[in-house]
Amino acid sequence: MTDVEQAPGEVLPPVRPQMSRRGRERIFFRHYGLQAGTVVMALIIWVILAVGAPETWLHKDMYSALMSTVPQTGIIALALTLVVIAREIDLSFGSVMAVGSWVFIATGRPALGLIAALAAGLAVGLLNGVIVVRLGVPSLVATIGTMFFWAGIVLVGTNAAGSGTPVGFVPTLLIGRIGGYVPAEVVWMIGLAAVFWLVLNRTRFGAHVYLVGDNEQSARMMGVRTDRVRIAVFALVGLMAALAGIVATLEANFFWPTVGGGALLPTIATVFLGGTSIFGGRGTIFGTVVAAFTISAIEPGIVSLNLTGYYTQVIYGAVIVLALVMQSFVMRRSQR
Amino acid sequence: MVTVTNLLELEEISKSFGEVSALEGVSLAVGDNEIVGLLGDNGAGKSTLIKIITGFHAPNSGTITWKGQRLTHLTVQHARDLGIETVYQERALADQQSLWRNIFMGRERTTRLGLLDVGEMRTETEKLMVEFLRFTSQAVTPETEVATMSGGERQGVAIARALHFEAELIILDEPTMGLSVTETRKTLDFVREIKAAGKSCIFIDHNIFNVHEVVDRVVLVDRGHVVGEFKTAEITLLDLIARMQHVAETGSIENAEKGVTT
Repeated sequence: MTDVEQAPGEVLPPVRPQMSRRGRERIFFRHYGLQAGTVVMALIIWVILAVGAPETWLHKDMYSALMSTVPQTGIIALALTLVVIAREIDLSFGSVMAVGSWVFIATGRPALGLIAALAAGLAVGLLNGVIVVRLGVPSLVATIGTMFFWAGIVLVGTNAAGSGTPVGFVPTLLIGRIGGYVPAEVVWMIGLAAVFWLVLNRTRFGAHVYLVGDNEQSARMMGVRTDRVRIAVFALVGLMAALAGIVATLEANFFWPTVGGGALLPTIATVFLGGTSIFGGRGTIFGTVVAAFTISAIEPGIVSLNLTGYYTQVIYGAVIVLALVMQSFVMRRSQR
Repeated sequence: MVTVTNLLELEEISKSFGEVSALEGVSLAVGDNEIVGLLGDNGAGKSTLIKIITGFHAPNSGTITWKGQRLTHLTVQHARDLGIETVYQERALADQQSLWRNIFMGRERTTRLGLLDVGEMRTETEKLMVEFLRFTSQAVTPETEVATMSGGERQGVAIARALHFEAELIILDEPTMGLSVTETRKTLDFVREIKAAGKSCIFIDHNIFNVHEVVDRVVLVDRGHVVGEFKTAEITLLDLIARMQHVAETGSIENAEKGVTT
């Protein structure tokens, strides 16, 4: 949990004795263990890359490029973190990226297109939530279905033909380069991360996301409107996926109807590497943000090390498994 | 019975789940500052009955009256707002969350900006730990995850949560299940504190000794029906046991006196 800016000892009145050092260490480990693991993992990968391909990884151009790819998965991973904390999963966001991009392009006017695309993403996300919560279809299966459905709709609608992207104020606002170096989308992502942190840690909705993922039945018995919470997290993923889709399309300077097709694996890997529990009830925005950078460095990292691109999938897969092993290790260690 | 308005009145409540009928025309009243014990075998319908009172289940038919006012479409939130607090058999805790998040589950305190007042909730939890739970172990803080606490401590948290919000009616569903002798004592003391504080309580327990010890009135439930009611002051423990046995054997309270041997 991230909301431990107060050390546990500080709030204790003199009535009760202070905690032992070991006890404090255990609490610290339980709260920050996974986040520390995420940061250490990021540093290890960076050191490997900096040693293996210094001409790439010690040069500032690489980081400008990295900051433009991170948000394409990172923005979605922020919302997906809430879904996973609520003990659900969404696999359809790649297709929602395509839906968002298509609506953005098809309206012909960037400002209107942006609003329409975000609304479309929100609607598609809401539909996922309704299918899962109201109709009772497990989210894993439901979102595999909607993943194929929406990808198909975009292909039918565009006849699988791409088109050019607009230029102007809105595109610059979304993907312009600040000072010719920092991509605007990474600033958007950090800003959104701050909003998501606030929502998750300082609102009743955020508290309920944790409760629903931890024990939905308990939450319901204590008056939490769990159905609304579950639907809302799916809607947020839809909204963020539409935005990420527009960013990806503008960065590519071309609208491909298949945009988002490769987003599934790295985005999910980001959430798990960030320490969000597959069993629900745990997870942090901080972990997800750090992991987004790590995961986005893998693909260019492999290229810079002169390895074949086929290694990308091997490493994504390995990262997911490793992250989950790390989670269960920290859980067991801190429960002792 | 004198005609005073009861705190809570259920009349002719029926509830079925699909083909299975859990309650058939059950009536139950709880008076002001009264502790009512519900006794009955597994599957008698006790838990279903309390889940109707707490708004978790909606009855198929029958009426619920609170302080003389009829309640329709009761929800969990509405019941809590009225002052009905429940300690569920399942405890209704979120294991991986901190103590303070569990205490304020579904009722988080917010600042004027609508953001969680985390500091306030931690302070209140700390106060509750010292004054009510009497946790002396230094390993427990408001940040402690509930999963790491003992069965008795968890039960204490569930009860403390119910008492903290100034409820008028507290429902305890099997609160002593799985507890040690000392922890059971403590739980029975909680019930006496409820009485002393002028509140009302519905107390459900398998253990007839516990029930007889703390309640004002016993209601026997069997197979979805209320089959008998006794004031504790007017019936001895042995009498009560005999009547329970008779009910278990015959499904009826009639002629139960014949079985009494004292």
